Amino acid sequence: MLEIVQTNENNYISIAVTGDADASSSIKLDKGLRSAFDESHSNIIIDCTNLNYISSAGLGVFMSYIEEINQTNTTFVIYGLSEKVLKVFGILGLDQLLILKNTKEEALVELNGL
Amino acid sequence: MAYSFNIPYSKNKLRLMRKFVTEVLHEHSVPDIETNMMVLAVDEVCANIIIHGQCSDLEDYVKISISFNKEGVWFDIIDKGAAFDIIKYNEPILGDLIRTKQKGGVGIMLVKKIMDKIEFDSSPNQNTLRLFKKVTFEK
Repeated sequence: MLEIVQTNENNYISIAVTGDADASSSIKLDKGLRSAFDESHSNIIIDCTNLNYISSAGLGVFMSYIEEINQTNTTFVIYGLSEKVLKVFGILGLDQLLILKNTKEEALVELNGL
Repeated sequence: MAYSFNIPYSKNKLRLMRKFVTEVLHEHSVPDIETNMMVLAVDEVCANIIIHGQCSDLEDYVKISISFNKEGVWFDIIDKGAAFDIIKYNEPILGDLIRTKQKGGVGIMLVKKIMDKIEFDSSPNQNTLRLFKKVTFEK
């Protein structure tokens, strides 16, 4: 089960990801990210505070946007990963290829280039 | 003592398997982070079998057994679909997957990085994948 909630703020879009991103549900995560990129938002933050579990299917979704993030100069920040989910990002080194922050405040600082 | 669980050939049922494996590992005082890693490895293998195994009998199950020894945990994963030897499988290069915006291809990579031993055996009737993970059990 995975729930994706998109919220438009002043200068950024926030996508909250809740539940398990596995082989059956990660397509929802992909649809959420696709729509944010298709709307040409240049600042995207992903709230993973309630992301309970991620498998290769969920990691693969994030991975498939790395090239687009770089090509479009999108600021894309993921925050709120639990320790166990963060470790999964670390297995393949995706923690070095994506911007990961602990809190929303830190994510917004990254967004605003402070 | 061994524990076993049957997963129907449905991606939607993977979460039930994860719940089962998590509960068994917690019962044996496996730390949280390591539990999640092993659940992930088993999830990847089962998802692969369900998606690519081409099992002709969809009423059938993927069978998982978990057993413990002093050093760690063994997982036996048995299915009757097309044989896929993950030991012989050459994983793609991560940079290539990223450059070509691929969403798949890292599941087996995760399994190989997480697990300490992997054994595969295929007979005409079934495939058996055995995964071992060293564990320092909490007291």
